Amino acid sequence: MLRAERITKRFGGLTAIDDVTITAPAGRITGLIGPNGAGKTTLFAIVAGFEPPSDGCVLFEDQDITTEATHRRTLRGIARTFQIVQPFGALTVRENIAVGAHLRHRARRDALIRAERIAARVGLAGELDKPAANLTVAGRKRLELGRALATEPKLLLLDEVLAGLNPSEIRDVLPVIRAIRDGGVTILMVEHVMQAVIHLCEHVYVLAEGRLIAEGAPAAVCQDSAVIEAYLGRGAAGRLSAPEPGHA
Amino acid sequence: MSGRDVLPIVVIGGLLALIPFGVASNTLLNFLVFTLIIAIAAQGWNVLGGYGGQISFGHSAFFGTGAYATAILQVHAGVNAWLAFGLGILAGALVGLAIGALSFRAGLRGSYFALITLAFAEVFRIVANTIPLTGAATGILIKLDARPVNFQFHSRAAFFWIGLVIMLVALIATRALERSRFGAFLVALRENEDAAKALGVDTLRVKLGAITLSAAITGAAGCLYAQYFLYLDPTIAYGVWISVEALLAPIVGGLGTAFGPLIGALTLHGLGNLTSLLVGRVPGIDLVVYGILLVLVIAFAPTGLVGLAHRVRDRMRQRTALSAGAA
Repeated sequence: MLRAERITKRFGGLTAIDDVTITAPAGRITGLIGPNGAGKTTLFAIVAGFEPPSDGCVLFEDQDITTEATHRRTLRGIARTFQIVQPFGALTVRENIAVGAHLRHRARRDALIRAERIAARVGLAGELDKPAANLTVAGRKRLELGRALATEPKLLLLDEVLAGLNPSEIRDVLPVIRAIRDGGVTILMVEHVMQAVIHLCEHVYVLAEGRLIAEGAPAAVCQDSAVIEAYLGRGAAGRLSAPEPGHA
Repeated sequence: MSGRDVLPIVVIGGLLALIPFGVASNTLLNFLVFTLIIAIAAQGWNVLGGYGGQISFGHSAFFGTGAYATAILQVHAGVNAWLAFGLGILAGALVGLAIGALSFRAGLRGSYFALITLAFAEVFRIVANTIPLTGAATGILIKLDARPVNFQFHSRAAFFWIGLVIMLVALIATRALERSRFGAFLVALRENEDAAKALGVDTLRVKLGAITLSAAITGAAGCLYAQYFLYLDPTIAYGVWISVEALLAPIVGGLGTAFGPLIGALTLHGLGNLTSLLVGRVPGIDLVVYGILLVLVIAFAPTGLVGLAHRVRDRMRQRTALSAGAA
């Protein structure tokens, strides 16, 4: 479905992403993890069309969309959520989602009806007439999800939709994401919450300092020494696997 | 857009249309026509600034272009006044599209957009002040020939009705905007441009559409001004005063509300003239009133008078609901 090939992104002298290739196969949930500053959000911005890559290309359904504007990609079926939620604060939940629904439904009435249906899918049915600015953090995350879904995407890019939620809220959202996948939407997610990554993702890419350092099934990746060191520091993998002196 | 949306506008318009039958005072009619011209200009500003969040300090560019085009076409090309009126609106819209294309394509937002519109308006004023086509600093005079075919009337009431019709058309257009996909996109990009883009909104196109519509409405106000006063000079047509009037009325009345600009213009000019009447002809006293009113609105009713009215209504409803619950 999506293939980002040999992507490099330089900001002045800083190489934020260095020759990274990832694919998101149709009908699957693919994860993108890595420590802070690894370049995950930048990679997302490139795939969604908010930033042009310095090098490399983005293919969607075998077509090169590297230079295409964001709104044209959305029309093709790529939708994204933002790590820092970006609600239309003065609009109600219903109106927020309707903006997304308008992409494929011109009439106001149709868009509003679709918005209601989607609000139910993401668990916002009871807050349709609330201004988005009055939602809780969890509510705003659901709204991000709902708005993106309203564009009827084939590929959904989720940028840390679970960050900032408490464990019980995360438990509530996981089935929502799984249901979206089961509805036929391919998902590429950036996530810090490992519990979620392990439960949801079939395949995981690990970025650190702009480079791809590991990929594979989530459980296997978590055991990878390069990944452990990227998160915990050099030598951490060795210290973890060595028997602790007191218990030997 | 349904009958329920249009009905209040038509009813209010119908009631306002009765005013000239009850009022014979030319001073009052003069005040009403002038206020309507301001309200139309403000209605145009509100499309871009209130709904789209693109604050312009230079709507005089559209007002003046509409006015000058109407005058020049009649004086220099002998075009029929009604046709010139239509072409004037078109000219205003085209200037809007051009300024929009230059500034939005360059990605100007917020205060940068506001400053560039101010700069454009100043350029128009300076050009109009030098070239012969506009009569330079002397200004341009439309020949007095008060016949309906010339869009000139003996009675001020006729201008009042024409102004009212333009106002009502602008109001209905604004309501239609609120109920349309274009309007939803426009408000979305005001609230958060990046999020709007991510949802497939072609933000550049929406902004260009908004500034063109906005400039057409404000241009219409300029055309009406030219026909009513039959005289223009650069400080009138392209003066900062109209840019300020156009943005002040919606802010006082209620940004991004259909009736905000009309209510704002009536309040500002009503109070301004009332003070002049009470205090006598102290120069600039109306500006003092504007200033005080603006401070009061920003401090106590940031959503404008329309927003204030909604708040009061909600509170009344709550109170009735409470007392009903207690009983």
